[in-house]
Amino acid sequence: MSRTVERAIVEPERTVGALKTAEKGPQLYVRAERAAKGLNRTWLLAAAVVVLFVASILLGSYTVTVPDFVTIVTAHLTGGEKIPGASFIVMETKLPRATMGLMIGVAFGLSGALFQTMLRNPLASPDVIGISNGASASAVLAIVVFGASGAAVSVAALFGALTVALLIYLISRGGSLRGAGGRNGNAAGNRLVLAGIGIAAALGALVSFLMTRADIRTAAEALIWLNGSLNPATWERIGVLLLALAVLLPFTAALAKPLRLLELGDDTAAGLGVRVGAVRLGLVLTAVALAAVATAAAGPVSFVAFLAGPIARRVTGKPSLPASALTGAVIVLAADYFAYNLAPLLLDATVLPVGVVTGALGAPFLLWLLATSNRKDA
Amino acid sequence: MARLSARDLTLQYEQRRVIEGLRTEIPEGKVTMIVGANGCGKSTLLRGLSRLLRPAAGAVTLDGKDIHSRPAKELARTLGLLPQQPTAPDGITVRDLVGRGRYPHQGFFRNWSHGDSSPHDLAVRNALDATATTELADRNVDELSGGQRQRVWIAMALAQETEVLLLDEPTTYLDLAHQVEVLDLVTDLNRRRGTTVAIVLHDLNLAARYADHVIAMKDGAVVAEGTGIDVITEELVRTVFGLESRVVPDPVSGTPLIVPIGRHHYPAPQATETTKPALEIAS
Amino acid sequence: MTASTTAASSGERERTLEAPKSAKTGPQLYVRAEVRARKGKQPAWLLAAVVVLALACGASLAVGARAIPLGTVLDALVHFNAADGNHAVVHARIPRTVLGLLAGGALGLAGAAMQGVARNPLADPGIMGVNAGAALAVVGGIYLFGITGLSGYIWFAFVGAAAAAAIVYLLASLGRDGATPVKLALAGAALSAGLYSLMNVVLVSSQDTLDRFRFWQVGSVAGRDWSVILPALPFLAVGALIVLLSGRILNGLALGDDLARGLGQRVGLSRGIVALGVVLLCGSATALAGPIAFLGLVIPHAVRFFTGPDYRWILPFSLVLAPALLLASDVVGRVVLLPGEVPAGIMTAILGAPVFVWLVRRGKGASL
Repeated sequence: MSRTVERAIVEPERTVGALKTAEKGPQLYVRAERAAKGLNRTWLLAAAVVVLFVASILLGSYTVTVPDFVTIVTAHLTGGEKIPGASFIVMETKLPRATMGLMIGVAFGLSGALFQTMLRNPLASPDVIGISNGASASAVLAIVVFGASGAAVSVAALFGALTVALLIYLISRGGSLRGAGGRNGNAAGNRLVLAGIGIAAALGALVSFLMTRADIRTAAEALIWLNGSLNPATWERIGVLLLALAVLLPFTAALAKPLRLLELGDDTAAGLGVRVGAVRLGLVLTAVALAAVATAAAGPVSFVAFLAGPIARRVTGKPSLPASALTGAVIVLAADYFAYNLAPLLLDATVLPVGVVTGALGAPFLLWLLATSNRKDA
Repeated sequence: MARLSARDLTLQYEQRRVIEGLRTEIPEGKVTMIVGANGCGKSTLLRGLSRLLRPAAGAVTLDGKDIHSRPAKELARTLGLLPQQPTAPDGITVRDLVGRGRYPHQGFFRNWSHGDSSPHDLAVRNALDATATTELADRNVDELSGGQRQRVWIAMALAQETEVLLLDEPTTYLDLAHQVEVLDLVTDLNRRRGTTVAIVLHDLNLAARYADHVIAMKDGAVVAEGTGIDVITEELVRTVFGLESRVVPDPVSGTPLIVPIGRHHYPAPQATETTKPALEIAS
Repeated sequence: MTASTTAASSGERERTLEAPKSAKTGPQLYVRAEVRARKGKQPAWLLAAVVVLALACGASLAVGARAIPLGTVLDALVHFNAADGNHAVVHARIPRTVLGLLAGGALGLAGAAMQGVARNPLADPGIMGVNAGAALAVVGGIYLFGITGLSGYIWFAFVGAAAAAAIVYLLASLGRDGATPVKLALAGAALSAGLYSLMNVVLVSSQDTLDRFRFWQVGSVAGRDWSVILPALPFLAVGALIVLLSGRILNGLALGDDLARGLGQRVGLSRGIVALGVVLLCGSATALAGPIAFLGLVIPHAVRFFTGPDYRWILPFSLVLAPALLLASDVVGRVVLLPGEVPAGIMTAILGAPVFVWLVRRGKGASL
């Protein structure tokens, strides 16, 4: 977003020119068409999520036919007869894995999009501003020093993420979260990003240090967690995640409208009747909570939160929260399909943590976005 | 001597062509105002003239030589530029900022110049004097008012000691008094030092008053150029801005003064007095 | 981020327009005094910084598992007596101190220059992808070629760092406008994340590699000898020369690209040259000491407190104060967890973070 602002400043003539042509042209028609396009593309993303979800259950190193799948699920629900082997793999591995991937994708995607939009800064995703690092440091501390595993690690991660978020918020609160107003005077926002990056660096160092103090096996285990992995997917964990999302998604939906006004600048938003301070606080809390619960469930899957917003924007042509959520899910599901089914073939049966794949594939994609974003300004 | 002219100049951003085959000249030793509607390409022209934008075709020449063929620093000693909204680094003092205008006059290894008598300090002091900012010299640029800040930026451009100075909307965000102050200052500079000045300006009346020469643009082309009296006519205002107006002599300077008409007022005074107020209340 | 300062937004202007009335009475005088005080006193401050650095060097030679009085340290430096145990300890600490000086100075300079080039207060050498590139190359070296010693890592680290920085710069230069600050930051962040992921692919599948790599990863000045230090010297010297001479260029860039061009600067070329210096400096520093977080980010911010925004002062101050902090961190790290040591890279982050947070809160450097 700041690029568009920068551009508007660099080439006022051009932006003004663009506005002018828009005024002249069949504006309503264009607008309607664009809205339709955005909506269609959002459906397209939803379809991609469904396809990937189904594919990761049915296909891969262990394939399941559709009738078998139906039989297995009905049997599981009604307590009927199970198919030996297949029932277990579907119900205890494939289905929970895909479900959790879908959910954390949605949570990370939304969290990143909320932060980026609110702070008007493409760098401001939870992985950059230290919230993921808070979770990591706390979880690694739990693993290495207290020998924690399973749910205890998740609790530690949640605690770490929330503590760091609170810390960053307190630090940046100097003049409340209100920006200086105007179209991009966002001093508090900048301060939040800065404080986050500083804290992230310190926590990153702490994690590195803890890794050197641990037994090598513990360190390897911690490394998997640090990369973010769907291995710990269990129904129990999914239940908790579902509960959290059931609370957070309505909040997000309610905040979406004032957020769109905040994009116009704090002063403008206030002029339109938005309670800027309260909305910002709500947004921060929601975004942090989304990132925190997803991280607690699967570890800090890198880049999903960072990338979902920009990609969604490119696909649908406008910033959109639902599209960001769906994009997050697409990224996680596709990456995990690769990590779980394809990577072992290439890497002597090593199952990669999903976060390694999102990072390795996400980075070139972001670079591509960057290189091409000049021509087609989203 | 410094004569800036554009020959068959074509300027574009990526694929969008803003100016095509434009020919014009900034007359030496005069104040030239470039006017036109929003989006007509006047700022783009200024960017082209000041080498911020490389022409897609044609050339901008200074004394007959293509500006893009000359070393950047050498050119910067002749041709100065003040962009529309420049950035001041946090916490910089006025004197430091103005001093940075000396960049093109300093060699690579001359990082420092000491002593009050050095030509650099002299130039900085003159620039501060000329803009009446000597008093502010030790203050932070951040804490100045809009008008003061604009004077400081102009001081920086003065310290550059160029023969040609290009200014992009130097009066934006300033109140009327400060607008007049800035334009007076630029005029002083032109009269005292003979600096050639070209300004992109929105306010037609001020442009008409301060210009020795006016260039009027529309859709990326020059539609009229000449003295203010010759160029700024009711006909021109209609073509360039699509606005009906009366042009009367400015009671102070005799230059053209544009009185816009608009939809709610008519030149015949009686008709409006009775009907208009009622309408306004109704709406 | 960058734009925020450019358009001192209309609201802000409104505010400042009214400012003179109130300012004339109170705080203005104070501010003026502060600025005046800063002005002209930089040489004195710089001298003080050098003294601080000398003290840090002394401490680095004297403090450790076996503490040695400063007198003996001096004695060991001037009349070295191999038979004296204390002298031997002091001598053993010399490479580590020199390495701290070199790596710290390089990172401080590189950080300051980077913030100027990217016109972004968040820019630190890490953001050019340097740390990630070096890390991936070291991991590759361990995994593919079975490299074990530090003197083997150094070349991998250097090449990796330089390659990553070059790629980031090229990517950011693609398209219109060239390498703008925002594009640099994004390209650096993106490439770093990608490289770290590739690195993790290796680490997850090879426990041996992880076991060696994790000790390099923390960043430390300990355990290096002259065979590690000497090869880096030419790169450090060239990099430092380039960056130290670029003060005025950075001052110009700070005014924005348009104005810098108007002043006759060749913006793309100057950015490229300074970036080259940055790559040389932090490539060598990372090769020497491993990835050391924070130094390049914090020091230039802190230094601005004494120097204001003039890069001709920011650069030398950073050159002096960054190694002082690194050495101090190393010294503290030696004694906090006796008998073990906390590596300097960890300590800089732990000591630097509060300083940084304090700076952020003061609002200094929230914009550039």
